[in-house]
Amino acid sequence: MYKRGVVQVWSLEQPDWHCKIDEGSAGLVASCWSPDGRHILNTTEFHLRITVWSLCTKSVSYIKYPKACQQGIAFTKDGRYMAVAERRDCKDFVSIFVCSDWQLLRHFDTETQDLFGIEWAPNGCVLAAWDTCLEYKILLYSLDGRLLSTYRAYEWSLGIKSIAWSPSSQFLAIGSYDEKVRILNHVTWKKITEFEHPATVASSKTIVYKEVEKSPSVETERLSFPPTRALASSLFSTQSKYDVSQVPVSLQHIKPVADRANPKMGIGMLAFSPDNCFLATKNDNIPNAVWIWDIQKLKLFVVLEQLCAVQSFQWDPRQPRLAVCTGSSKVYLWSPAGCVSVQVPMEGDFQIVSLAWHCSGDSVALLSKDNFCVCYLEREEVK
Amino acid sequence: MGDWKTITVPVLSSDSKNIFHYTSEKKISPPSMNSQVLRLPLPSSKSMHSFFSAFCTEENIEQSISYLNRELTTLGFPSIYAESKGQELNLISIINCMNELLVLQHKNLRAQEEVEMQHLKLGSDMDHLQNCYAKLKEQLELSKREIVGLQERDRQLQSKNRNLHQLLKNEKDEVQKLQNIISSRATQYNHDMKRKEREYNKLKERLHQLVMNKKDKKIAMEVLNYVGRADGKRGAWRTDKTEARNEEEMYKVLLSDYEQRQKQLLVENAELKKVLQQMKKEIILLLPPQKQKPKERSEDGPVLSDLEEDIGELNKENMWELSCETVREQLTNSIRKQWRMLKNHVEKLDNQVSRVHSGALNEKDVISREDHELETEKLELEIQQCKEMIKTQQQLLQQQLMSPCDDDTTLLLQDCYLLEERERLQEEWRLFREQKKNFEKERRSFTEAAIRLGLERKAFEEDRGAWLKQQFLSMSTDYKHSENVTTPSAFLGSKYLVQIMLFHHLKIT
Repeated sequence: MYKRGVVQVWSLEQPDWHCKIDEGSAGLVASCWSPDGRHILNTTEFHLRITVWSLCTKSVSYIKYPKACQQGIAFTKDGRYMAVAERRDCKDFVSIFVCSDWQLLRHFDTETQDLFGIEWAPNGCVLAAWDTCLEYKILLYSLDGRLLSTYRAYEWSLGIKSIAWSPSSQFLAIGSYDEKVRILNHVTWKKITEFEHPATVASSKTIVYKEVEKSPSVETERLSFPPTRALASSLFSTQSKYDVSQVPVSLQHIKPVADRANPKMGIGMLAFSPDNCFLATKNDNIPNAVWIWDIQKLKLFVVLEQLCAVQSFQWDPRQPRLAVCTGSSKVYLWSPAGCVSVQVPMEGDFQIVSLAWHCSGDSVALLSKDNFCVCYLEREEVK
Repeated sequence: MGDWKTITVPVLSSDSKNIFHYTSEKKISPPSMNSQVLRLPLPSSKSMHSFFSAFCTEENIEQSISYLNRELTTLGFPSIYAESKGQELNLISIINCMNELLVLQHKNLRAQEEVEMQHLKLGSDMDHLQNCYAKLKEQLELSKREIVGLQERDRQLQSKNRNLHQLLKNEKDEVQKLQNIISSRATQYNHDMKRKEREYNKLKERLHQLVMNKKDKKIAMEVLNYVGRADGKRGAWRTDKTEARNEEEMYKVLLSDYEQRQKQLLVENAELKKVLQQMKKEIILLLPPQKQKPKERSEDGPVLSDLEEDIGELNKENMWELSCETVREQLTNSIRKQWRMLKNHVEKLDNQVSRVHSGALNEKDVISREDHELETEKLELEIQQCKEMIKTQQQLLQQQLMSPCDDDTTLLLQDCYLLEERERLQEEWRLFREQKKNFEKERRSFTEAAIRLGLERKAFEEDRGAWLKQQFLSMSTDYKHSENVTTPSAFLGSKYLVQIMLFHHLKIT
């Protein structure tokens, strides 16, 4: 509850257990769990400080001068270390803390103009820090604070929009405002390839799935007056399915307004599949399409063209299965075997805004503005 | 000379016009008679008389003869007068002169013809040349005009080029200016941002102070119970030791990551080395062993010895682990050498094949392409035939195995089977009948034997009966006589009796 500055915690196993944290006049802007689940990190208003509340010892620690940026706190995958972006005297710094006792391990400055975000590699040994979109610069630091490498693709134009590490830490994908994704390798930290996102897909080896609306079939015999709720919802909600389009396909391309900040262009979303084989990207200039790249061949594999703008997508944490939502009441699943569009069987409208997979890969939570529902996926029986 | 009167010569034909013209001229200038004589065309016979009569008449014979004589002597002919200074004419000299004159006349005519021909030729040549000249002049005019046009165009293009260059320069200058503007604005913005940030920081500090002051009074967190730590241990104080431990942990993590990566790289390296070794061995095998010219031998000498050395050395297992510079270089260098040799060899083979193809040389080592192709064609045909045979056989086999769909064939087949069965059955019947006959025979023999046996039995029974009777009678009488005499016979008799009883018993059973 950000407005009141209060954080409430409940336990899933013990329904009686309850905790309430009140920041008081400091205000609350963001709150997150620590990876061991025993501490809560609250960022106060105006990013004055980060308070670390411990649920086991009721002790408090403070982190001063945190940076007000998009991704200021990053935890390593094994939860051992936490990196915090700070800014003092108009210079950016990164502090690395040990999560077990919240001791400061390393503190070093970064050569960025205005640090935008930090992210750990999944192996926990390399930290990527990138600059604001006015400068294309990404810096790679080792766990002990040494600068391993810097990468700059070009000057002056708008720079990095999003980055993603591959699960094996072998590749770092950087999506930028020039509608390209550049992939760096972990041995030399140099670019190995560039992926372009043109408005026309011409290569004959890519498959383009296009979502088309299916007109609902209504059996006239079963019509009754007044119409039942189920019937009404099925009448008004349009079914859709996927068709394979023939290349060359031209996708809907929008040109953003030039005189506004944070234009809707460039690669806004990047995600690697858990088996390291695929990379899913979204070009904000072509908001209805999801591009899936084959990392083993470094080529475009599949393009999914939806009817509405793609809101978010996430990979199944166990297998190469991608779930996409576009703000309609359908969730779309893609895997190398094919893709399917699933209607959420709800009365009324259920606009799916975001989704989250369960870590076992068996279910996915679909969130709309006020509600959420859980979708279970049947597993194939192994005989 | 005498005065020549104008004699009107009748107009005979067109070619006498000249003569008419000539006679009137003759009147005017006698000294110019020479040239006029030459221009005279051969007169026709008709005008001859008039011509001759014009020159010499009866009145002026002497004059004309002297005149002629004068002319002839000036021309170099002997005089026509006799040697004495009289008026007698030397006929022979006259005839000679005439002949000479005729010959001269002919010559002159011929020369005239020739000259006229040449004149005509020259005239036509001149015409031709004049035409050519006119045409060339025209062409020259045209090309001059073209040149002028092209020059004009060239000038225009050059000026356009200059304009474009100028524009490009202007654009570049503008770009440079804009870049400068951008960079200067960027620095200005940075500076402003920094200033604003400092102000902001100051505000934050102030706010922080205020908030901190207020904070100490309120209880910030309420927990029902404390939750245990995730790893079950109790919290520890923060000391230098813990700091050192943390550092250690961090370095351990980094080192383990590097070690893992190094291991992976080593494994990859070893695999690649193995592949290279294999490739090298295969390349060595592919290369022809004896095919070396003396020139190459000097080059290959060290290579071969290197080869042997390499093979000898790298057969040792230890080389796998060594990754020092020299071993690495050795392996790659030797592979490069072998690859180069293989490439040369392949190129040589290509050249040979191309030479054979063009038909220049006939190498014995190399099979000509045509032969090779013929062979392959033959083999292909054979393969086709074999495949077809296999297919047909398969089809037949399938037909046999599957349930037949054709009625006639099934009936035929069935008939075949029935015949077979019938024959078998006939055989069996035959056997059966034979056996039956045998059995009949045996039965008959058995019955006969049984009948005989019956008869014999009857006879035997009768005998027995008689004997028994006799015995009884004898026994009763003997008993009376003596008791001990016929004990053996009685015994025998009793034995015989027992036997009979047994036989009866057996018969009954």
